[in-house]
Amino acid sequence: MSEFLQFAFSGITVGAVYAMVALGFTIIYNASDVVNFAQGEFVMLGGMSTVFLAAFGLPLPLAALLAILIAALTGVALNKLVIEPARDASVVTLIIITIGASIFLRGIAQVIFDKQFHRLPSFSGDDPIAVLGASLTPQSLWVLGGAAVIVVLLYVFFNRTLFGKSILATSHNRLAAQLVGVNVRFVLMISFALSAAIGAVAGILVTPITLTSYDVGTMLALKGFAAAMLGGMGNPIGAVVGGLLVGLAEALGAGYLSSEYKDAVAFVIILAVLFFLPRGLFGKTGTERV
Amino acid sequence: MFRKRSLMALFAAVAALAVTAGGPGAAWAEIKIGSVLSVTGPASFLGDPEDKTLKMYVDKINAGGGVLGEKLELVIYDDGGDAKKARTFATRLIEEDEVVAMVGGSTTGTTMAMVPLFEEAEIPFISLGGAVVIIDPVKDFVFKTPHTDRMACEKIFEDMKARGISKIGMISGTGGFGKSMRGQCLDVAGGYGIEVVADETYGPKDSDMTPQLTNIKNADGLQAVVNPGFGQGPAIVTRNYAQLGISQPLYQSHGVASKSFIELAGETAEGVRLPAAALLVADKLPDSDPQKKVVTDYKAAFEAKWNQPVSTFGGHAYDGLFLLIEAMKRAGSTDGKAVRDELRKTKDFMGTAGLVNMSAEDHLGLDLSAFRMLEIRKGDWALVE
Repeated sequence: MSEFLQFAFSGITVGAVYAMVALGFTIIYNASDVVNFAQGEFVMLGGMSTVFLAAFGLPLPLAALLAILIAALTGVALNKLVIEPARDASVVTLIIITIGASIFLRGIAQVIFDKQFHRLPSFSGDDPIAVLGASLTPQSLWVLGGAAVIVVLLYVFFNRTLFGKSILATSHNRLAAQLVGVNVRFVLMISFALSAAIGAVAGILVTPITLTSYDVGTMLALKGFAAAMLGGMGNPIGAVVGGLLVGLAEALGAGYLSSEYKDAVAFVIILAVLFFLPRGLFGKTGTERV
Repeated sequence: MFRKRSLMALFAAVAALAVTAGGPGAAWAEIKIGSVLSVTGPASFLGDPEDKTLKMYVDKINAGGGVLGEKLELVIYDDGGDAKKARTFATRLIEEDEVVAMVGGSTTGTTMAMVPLFEEAEIPFISLGGAVVIIDPVKDFVFKTPHTDRMACEKIFEDMKARGISKIGMISGTGGFGKSMRGQCLDVAGGYGIEVVADETYGPKDSDMTPQLTNIKNADGLQAVVNPGFGQGPAIVTRNYAQLGISQPLYQSHGVASKSFIELAGETAEGVRLPAAALLVADKLPDSDPQKKVVTDYKAAFEAKWNQPVSTFGGHAYDGLFLLIEAMKRAGSTDGKAVRDELRKTKDFMGTAGLVNMSAEDHLGLDLSAFRMLEIRKGDWALVE
């Protein structure tokens, strides 16, 4: 039992990070139909910027806030400089452009930061908390709490504020939204900023546990993508559930089956979803427009 | 349908594009020495100090008049830790750059991918990779400077035996280094009366090893754990080890013998033991130690030039470069076979890794005494004797 609990703790902590990455995918996908493969780079930017700003002597909370800002601005720049100029291109072309952007961001990070691994101190110490024979680091609670806060804030934002509703409206029908006076370009910009900021928060929260370097984004983007696909691309609840499921599947697979295939789990999930459940667990049932 | 298919194709494309390439740096000169290093990617902590060491000493040697009256030219390519790229760059070094010798190959994986090319071209290849497979069986033109993983296992088991430990768990990286050392440790464990009661692995980019360590923790009669691997993996293992409250001693390999490991693992690194070269404890060596001068000189030079702490990996590059240059001087030429023959005759060469005595059967030339058992105490290395 304690063994299962330990695997589960490991799984939901990692899963919460995947969920945050998947949420980032979802927000941009809803606003623009683009799967933004530079999503993992936002996570990296959050972690690395905080590490380097803190190394300059800034207090950690300030460094973290600035890092989120840097990531959000990068998201806006990505939209302005890369996505918008190509907005008449097909969605697939746009997606390929985001892959290029992710390689570019990785290259820049390598030059501006460095190629080493870095770590942040844990926010509330390193003394593990014992729960029924399993142990949990305080930082895991930060990650889980952070993910929960983000989900709640997003829920309130999308359902209780006018601007959030206008984003939703844009995702349902762009033209109609535009006709009733929604500034679609602004919505798109905010979506990129928002999803970059969420990625950065994930990166900052998880760096004390998993360490960070300029190239951590690639794997996270792939896992987050698997999570978003599993949950049903475009569904925020699906993204969260998908993230937790992918994390749990990885941890349980590593614990009970073989750790050799841990990374394979996420990819097997993508393949299985694409073959058997192309719309994911929470995806809308398909309607073809004639 | 179209979207589904294109997503699948894209997914494959992203997976393939995991790493990006580095570029060459070159200037015209007479003696061309090639190097393929993992300056970026998961093994960057090996490649980066190696790259800096080679550049620094080639400049120094050229400033002092070069070798055999000629200037050295260093051609370095960055393989990003990818064995396939290493092989491509090796071909380029041999066919386009026409180097006379090679000092490089940061990892065992990249080295083994390049070995057949240098063997065929009959160009001396001094590898900086850790595993014993590089020189056992002996290959005509392949040498290496770092201690082998087999020696690391033996040093660890010697220490365990002295502490009365006989049942251990192993958690190994699945990269070339971890895989090889795991095999070597399993191979020599019996000879020291040590039984491996748990055997787990993790991927090179894995960020959480608590599931594997939970399985190890629950193994019957566990007395210690060995973690063969390098990169950030062992740092995460060390942190997870503390998180799970495993109280048995933890042994790391020489693969993490750099200050960045202590930084990444933080306080959880306290009490971790590992075998490593004398370089790490250069200033703690007694003055009578014959190795003291070499290691303190290298350390001072590296730290003054690059303003970052020295690591043993850069030391391996130092050893490789000077082994090669001394052999060239003795041979009086840069001919591949002549240099190879002289490399084999290396006697009493004091490098950062230890005393090197090579022969036709031994292309490494180090013995167990070159390894020191270290323990991490108060965020610093301490000699265990």
